[in-house]
Amino acid sequence: MILLSSRWRSCLLCFLTIMSLVSFGVAPCPASEDTTLFEQGAHQLVHGNFRQKEAAIAKINATNDPRAEKLLRALLGGKLYRVKKDNNLVYITKKGSRVSITDVLSGKELGTVKKRTLKKITINNKLRSKLREELALLALRSPDPDKRLAAVNKLMSSLSPESAKILEKLITTETNSKVRQGLLTARAIANLRDTDDAKRLQALTELQGNLNPAVKNELTRLLGEEKNKDVRQKAEAVLSSIESKIAFYGLVEKIFFGLSLGSVLVLAAIGLAITFGVIGVINMAHGELIMLGAYTTYVIQQLMPNSIGLALLLAIPAAFVISGLAGILIERTVIRFLYGRPLETLLATFGISLILQQSVRTIFSPLNRSVATPAWMSGSLQLNPVLSLTINRLTILVFALLVFAGLYMLLKKSSLGLQVRAVAQNRSMARAMGIRAAKVDALTFGLGSGIAGIAGVALSQLTNVGPNLGQSYIIDSFMVVVFGGVGNLWGTLVGGLTLGVANKFLEPWTGAVLAKILILVFIILFIQKRPQGLFPQKGRAGAAS
Amino acid sequence: MRGKFTYLVLAVIMAAGSLTAGHALAGETIKVGILHSLSGTMAISETTLKDTMLMLIDEQNKKGGLLGKKLEAVVVDPASDWPLFAEKARELITKDKVAAVFGCWTSVSRKSVLPVFEELNSLLFYPVQYEGEESSRNVFYTGAAPNQQAIPAVDYLMNELGVKRWVLAGTDYVYPRTTNKILAAYLKAKGVADKDIMINYTPFGHSDWQSIVAKIKKFGSAGKKTAVVSTINGDANVPFYKELGNQGITADTIPVIAFSVGEEELSGIDTKPLVGHLAAWNYFMSVDSEVNEAFIDSWHKFIKNDKRVTNDPMEAHYIGFNMWVKAVEKAGTTDPAAVQKAIIGVTVPNLSGGYSAMMPNHHITKPVLIGEIQDDGQFEVVWQTPGLVAGDAWSDYLPGSKDLISDWRTPLACGNFNVKTGKCSGKK
Repeated sequence: MILLSSRWRSCLLCFLTIMSLVSFGVAPCPASEDTTLFEQGAHQLVHGNFRQKEAAIAKINATNDPRAEKLLRALLGGKLYRVKKDNNLVYITKKGSRVSITDVLSGKELGTVKKRTLKKITINNKLRSKLREELALLALRSPDPDKRLAAVNKLMSSLSPESAKILEKLITTETNSKVRQGLLTARAIANLRDTDDAKRLQALTELQGNLNPAVKNELTRLLGEEKNKDVRQKAEAVLSSIESKIAFYGLVEKIFFGLSLGSVLVLAAIGLAITFGVIGVINMAHGELIMLGAYTTYVIQQLMPNSIGLALLLAIPAAFVISGLAGILIERTVIRFLYGRPLETLLATFGISLILQQSVRTIFSPLNRSVATPAWMSGSLQLNPVLSLTINRLTILVFALLVFAGLYMLLKKSSLGLQVRAVAQNRSMARAMGIRAAKVDALTFGLGSGIAGIAGVALSQLTNVGPNLGQSYIIDSFMVVVFGGVGNLWGTLVGGLTLGVANKFLEPWTGAVLAKILILVFIILFIQKRPQGLFPQKGRAGAAS
Repeated sequence: MRGKFTYLVLAVIMAAGSLTAGHALAGETIKVGILHSLSGTMAISETTLKDTMLMLIDEQNKKGGLLGKKLEAVVVDPASDWPLFAEKARELITKDKVAAVFGCWTSVSRKSVLPVFEELNSLLFYPVQYEGEESSRNVFYTGAAPNQQAIPAVDYLMNELGVKRWVLAGTDYVYPRTTNKILAAYLKAKGVADKDIMINYTPFGHSDWQSIVAKIKKFGSAGKKTAVVSTINGDANVPFYKELGNQGITADTIPVIAFSVGEEELSGIDTKPLVGHLAAWNYFMSVDSEVNEAFIDSWHKFIKNDKRVTNDPMEAHYIGFNMWVKAVEKAGTTDPAAVQKAIIGVTVPNLSGGYSAMMPNHHITKPVLIGEIQDDGQFEVVWQTPGLVAGDAWSDYLPGSKDLISDWRTPLACGNFNVKTGKCSGKK
């Protein structure tokens, strides 16, 4: 028991002091002894090395000084500086290129200065986790239930039978069910170390089916040293039920990973499914059209740096238009003259891809650009302690399905879609019916390219935005389209998702490198057997190809 | 229209004229070859080094050149194409007659040019940290050998952070594979059990890290302090760190220490979720020394952009170039054989405030620094070796190389001398 001892009590006092400060609205005069301790601690922070700083943090938190929490938070958040000239400890807040500083000891505003005159009080990982621990103890009584829950989880790995009593008290007053659950788990874990057999058995019953990783570790430890046969048996049963549950959620997680990888493949490939599948152009510059979409996102974010979320949403139509126009330009100036000559088209578009890459290098520099992720797309959705779905992946999965649905509707329900399908199925017959095939070709190519641009927006959230972005996706895209069946959107969707899931199931056994190779071998064999892919195109075009 | 055409013709004639003029002057300059990719996948890292070399040569010329002559940079672009590196190296040595070459980044490009430099007996200064297990008469390794980066980093994690479980994650090519082999042997020698080491390789440019990060998370939830030692290269780092952040792995739960992530790489990433993760290098831009500040100032002035960062391989070129200059002055000639002899023992200031010396095994002495990533994309030094560490060409932890030493001084003059058998296994 290290955590919930005197330090904890002093924290409690500290907290109470803060509470009283809040409720009365008057700053109470801190005890003079604490004041000097606090000042000593602050002094140590300025002059000490990391080990002395650690001692200083403990010292500061042990005082009942109401300034302690603010100081520790500022230290953790990197807002604590010292003035180079007189070594005074200050808090900083940014004001343009200058910073305004506040004295730590007196709380007085000291005006704005140049940042160069200040030096940051640095911390390392060890201090960072120490600070988090100290603040977690304060947070156990925080009015915010999420903070309390986090604090309980933080304590989970360092419990002892004595802490059970303190937890007991907290449980009686806790109103939030989630936090209560956490406290109950913590108490049960603490009881697992009790000397009383009955208590341990009782704790095991409570922990049945509990997925918290601390529980599993504690059970494994218990099995290593337990003497009592009943307790042992029970612990084994509980552990195996927990493990089978973890295995099940592991499977769910793997399927999600697979679908998520698949959705990225679908996004990258679906534009190609149109240009390659519908008008039969092998467009090696498809990857670079994706890259253009990603750079569009970057530029729009640069233009509106204060609302990156909105910039991301705006980037979707913008990328569609820019990549789409680039596609139409490529079609009108190059590909138009090469219809029916696949080898020349392949070479010409490969050349275009190199030109696009190098121009991006010249305009934006060969270095990768950093595209920020908005807050609503980061973090993860914690379903239970062993299963969490990352939000950015979830968003992109949904987005991919939406893009697919939109494209599908466009091709099935609009007159453009009708014309596109007509030209794809029988070019001369469509022309005889009065469809301007050349215009439809350009628009189809533009549509496929535009979708590539949209894929670029999504990819900018997952990977590097750099000149090589396109290259890394072009092979995968062709793979999906060929596997799914040329000219069939459903084929692309099913093909992409299948390949994604297969990849993620192979990866744990074979490693990422071999998994990729195996998938490639599988596709080669599959195409040998079924050259038309998963969903062959029906009708004349299918028969002809 | 006609007028424009005339201008064009004039411009072409003038360009041709200046070209021939350049050749006429060539006899009075000392040529220095710069062999860094300016296009292709490696352009991202190597372009900066080309600019660094141009700056160093420019500064040397302002100081009056070398042996009374001006230095002239010859820049070629091997375009991230390994065989092309060898062709361009041959072109630099035979056609341009350069006195020394500064270049290469990946180990495979160095391996590709190595026979050319040995055949034509020229000099190559290689500025990037690498896997060791090599020592050539013609190559000077100014980047870190594994014992100047990987081993001290592991020591730091073990002793300062109390790490008990290890994930060795790397990109699938020669540098990570060799480094991880050395590290695994080192960890086992320190008493780490097999089940506490997890080794994982991923392809170049890997972007889907979901299941690997989930596996690391699971590996790290076993109740023992866990750390990731990352030899993941280049681009693949961005999605890797993003995924770590999204799955809630922070530096105080499972710290990641990287050997290939420097200031340049961080400038392309949103660094907020990375704060506290670590890197091991021999130089950081944030190092507090006068010589470093001067270097940063002149870099900003040269590149005309004060947002550009400096990094470890740039420092290696700084050291390597100054060593070459000193050795040429000492030898009184740029003849490779004389410079090879003169450069051993040459000592020049490094950017972290100390001095680096060229060792007889063609590696240099350097301090090893561990830095934590800050939210502004810089590193804060949290630990450093008490003194300088001399680069070891042959690892002491691999069975095949622990008996080998390298010493290019006469009478030994051997890159892989076996102390057990007393024989030099390579050519003299």
